[in-house]
Amino acid sequence: MGCQNSHPSAIPELEEIMQETGFSQASVVRLYDRFQALDKQQKGYLSKYDLQGIGELAVNPLGDRIINAFFKEGEELTDFRSFIRVLAHFRPVEEEKSKETGRPEPMNSRLRKLQFAFQLYDQDSDGKISRDEMLQVLRLMVGIQVTEEQLACIAERTIQEADQDGDGAISFEEFATSVEKLNIEQRMSLRLLK
Amino acid sequence: MAFEPSRRVFQLSRKVTSVVPESCLLILLGLGLGGIVLAIAKRAEYQLEPSMFFLFLLPPIVLDSGYFMPSRLFFDNLGAILTYAVIGTLWNSFATGAALWGVKQAGLMDAGVDAGLMDFLLFGSLISAVDPVAVLAVFEEVHINETLFIIVFGESLLNDAVTVVLYKVFNSFVEMGPAHVQATDYLKGVASFFVVSLGGAAVGLLFAFLLALITRFTKRVRIIEPLFVFLLAYMAYLAAEMVSLSSILAVTFCGICCKKYVEANISRKSRTTVKYTMKTLASSSETVIFMFLGISAVDTSKWAWDTALVLGTLLFILLFRAVGVILQTWVLNRFRLTPLDRIDQVVMSYGGLRGAVAFALVILLDGDKVRAKDYFVATTIVVVFFTVLVQGLTIKPLVKWLKVKRSDHHKPTLNEELHEHAFDHILAAVEDVVGHHGYRYWRDRWEQFDKRYLSQLLMRKSAYRLKDEIWDVYCKLNIRDAISFVDQGGHVLSASRLTLPSMPSRTSMSESSVTNLLRESGSGACLDLQVIDTVRSRRDKEDAVMHHVLCGSLYKPRRRYKASYSRHFISPSTQERQDKEIFQQNMKRRLETFKSTKHNVCSAKSKARLKKDGRKKKKSAANAELPNGKPPRSVTWQQTAAVLVAVDSDDEESDSSETEKEEDEGIVFIARATDAILQGKKASGSLDVCPSPRIIPPSPTSAERELPWKGDRGDLAVYISSETTKIVPVDMQAAWKQSISSLESVASPPGAEPGPHAKTVAGPAPEERQMMPEPRTCFQFPNPLLRSSRSQSAGSPERTEQPELQPLMAPDEHGRMSTSAGPSNSRWLIQFNRPARFSDG
Repeated sequence: MGCQNSHPSAIPELEEIMQETGFSQASVVRLYDRFQALDKQQKGYLSKYDLQGIGELAVNPLGDRIINAFFKEGEELTDFRSFIRVLAHFRPVEEEKSKETGRPEPMNSRLRKLQFAFQLYDQDSDGKISRDEMLQVLRLMVGIQVTEEQLACIAERTIQEADQDGDGAISFEEFATSVEKLNIEQRMSLRLLK
Repeated sequence: MAFEPSRRVFQLSRKVTSVVPESCLLILLGLGLGGIVLAIAKRAEYQLEPSMFFLFLLPPIVLDSGYFMPSRLFFDNLGAILTYAVIGTLWNSFATGAALWGVKQAGLMDAGVDAGLMDFLLFGSLISAVDPVAVLAVFEEVHINETLFIIVFGESLLNDAVTVVLYKVFNSFVEMGPAHVQATDYLKGVASFFVVSLGGAAVGLLFAFLLALITRFTKRVRIIEPLFVFLLAYMAYLAAEMVSLSSILAVTFCGICCKKYVEANISRKSRTTVKYTMKTLASSSETVIFMFLGISAVDTSKWAWDTALVLGTLLFILLFRAVGVILQTWVLNRFRLTPLDRIDQVVMSYGGLRGAVAFALVILLDGDKVRAKDYFVATTIVVVFFTVLVQGLTIKPLVKWLKVKRSDHHKPTLNEELHEHAFDHILAAVEDVVGHHGYRYWRDRWEQFDKRYLSQLLMRKSAYRLKDEIWDVYCKLNIRDAISFVDQGGHVLSASRLTLPSMPSRTSMSESSVTNLLRESGSGACLDLQVIDTVRSRRDKEDAVMHHVLCGSLYKPRRRYKASYSRHFISPSTQERQDKEIFQQNMKRRLETFKSTKHNVCSAKSKARLKKDGRKKKKSAANAELPNGKPPRSVTWQQTAAVLVAVDSDDEESDSSETEKEEDEGIVFIARATDAILQGKKASGSLDVCPSPRIIPPSPTSAERELPWKGDRGDLAVYISSETTKIVPVDMQAAWKQSISSLESVASPPGAEPGPHAKTVAGPAPEERQMMPEPRTCFQFPNPLLRSSRSQSAGSPERTEQPELQPLMAPDEHGRMSTSAGPSNSRWLIQFNRPARFSDG
């Protein structure tokens, strides 16, 4: 990857992308290289198949869900612009710039990071993590040594813990509250995406 | 009045320890002790011997730090820690040594300080060892944020090793004499530095592996588990020392790496033993060293004072540490996701206390080769005193004043645990997509490797199976819930006996049941409200309000499990253990009280249930009584067997689950086992009745209804309900009933199973009636036999119940007995006993 450095001018909509995502030009170039490396047939967009080809993703319990997160609802392909837009969620938060006003919510704000995580849970996108959805995630993430019953218990308990309005599901607000103690800005950022 | 002074002393001591770090107090104690020794013996009796220090005093300290290092945090910040520990220490020792040499060259030092550059470098290396104890004690107390904590701690741990290596290199140079040191020797020195440290770490890893592997096979010899831990760690130390590698690093890495597997393998008791022994040994070593420090300080013959040297050293170690920290942080921050800010840097520079290791090293200098040893000793003592007393006393106010980021204290929640894991996975995935193999990638890889091979190799199957972090947190929370539930239960019990029946059904404390309970009651907060809500009396409403209050106060976790280190403090698991014990006791007590209640109640409360149970009992009894009866024996046999097998399998299940557990994890499973037995008891209790010739209509089929002894049923019901009312006040029986039915829904399996059998057996009932006449002798024999078999399987609680049961049955039985006059047959006995044994098995 990155063996051949693309010239910045080769990247379509470079300015807009930098504007939108806050990436530096170098980062955009690097990601573009990576994009092209993934895009083996040089077709200018990525399919799920391309991403599934990344070996390590196959062993990541949430791999499939994360791949899906790169694609808009019902679409099978993603172009560079949406690709980098997804990655922008993981850009570290700079403290100085967060004060800036007059700009729309930056892609890498805490809220957006949380939303990204939330949609990985919320597979049917109804704005709520239901019991089943929680169970599915747990099934993915907890080792096989835990039985289905125990998983169900955990799921139940987890939902009860976060559920504030008693609807038996976790809404986004409840989700955000349940992790408010965590340092999301740090935990959901990649240094190399500066 | 006599208590007044002592109370004041206690108050004072508490105040003192909250302000003054332990090491300060130890040094002062050493000073006092040294003064006494000196006054009596006129000379310092005790000396710190090199062999004693390196062989006995140092290893426990290092092992303790390594073993209790929060490893995840440590490896997350490994880069920073290594930088500070290696580069920082090198910088400190070289800069300090060179600067002091400069001072000497400038002619500011007394001529008595006979030392060349090499001596000063040696001194610089030993004086740059940062001691963790005082800083950690302070950091612990103010709950400093985890990153800063681990960096300071990790640094102070690893730089001991670096210092010792450096010290040895310089020491050998000094002993060779600076004139004989060739350029290649310097190169060798640098090379040996790496060889010695990396080799030491490798030895440590090797022994960690061995240790983990050994503890995997100590299941039957629990008692020697702690021994192995200490023995192998110490062997790592000796082995590294033997091949002149860094023994400190060996022990450190042995401690860090074996912990995960060892903790999983050894029993809980051994874990406690290891923890306490390790802490005790480390503290003892430290105390001894500080006392020697105090003794040496008093003994003026051992040291020579030079103001320029002392002041220069103090100035330089403070200055160069600050400079070093700032420079390194500046570099590190370019690579760190969360930069270390200025306040962190101030705390880090100021936290560079020198301690026992520095002192021990300076004492170990060879006075013949290092001619300025006495000056160095004096300077080291002053430096240690200054840093420990002055800096140690002021760092806490400083931390508070600077408002250093604290670690946020909160209870661990399942959500956080789950989401943290999810975040880790997400980031790992994004790294993959971006194509960057960063730290997370390797950690992911390592975790997979660990899961697939290492853990399987090094952990017991049972331990491996149970190891999942989310699941761990869940269990912890569950136990906590259960405890608070029991607390509330205790409250309710004393107020009214209402919730008693609902308890044991829920005390089947396998991990899920508390959750079941929560699910039932609908609210996560109050566990038992539903039962209360069924009764609308005012008293119960008050009760409910109190419940809410209690829930508010009890449901919270008592203590947060903190991933931090303190050399003198072991908090979390003792608390847990205590909680568990309390919980276990409560549960046992309640189960016992309940058991008698429940037995009566189950038969009394729900008629359907009674019929079922009774039917089953009677059926099996009747079937057993049918040896020479018309219906084919084989059929009845099967019936009996079927019922018993059902019970039996249930027992077996709990049994197997119990034996699978380690002996010291009994708590959860004792509760469950008793419950299982309880359920089994329901059935076996029915067996108890079987031999009794008292006939109760076994089934409600139309044929049965015409039976002449139909009246018996009512009779029996009355008799039981009169029993019940002893336990439940009449006005509460409605609630009682409800709770029983909810209980049934939980505990139904064994109870419900016999149903179908009973119905199918309904056919032979008429014959049964004929056969009913029953010899008294037959009835009596199986009873004790059953009892013995049951008490064998069920244990003590079972036995306590017997007397209660007997009086109830006896009169009735006897009455029946006398009325029934039939042929006594011995075959019945045999037949009956067989199933009984069956259930026993």
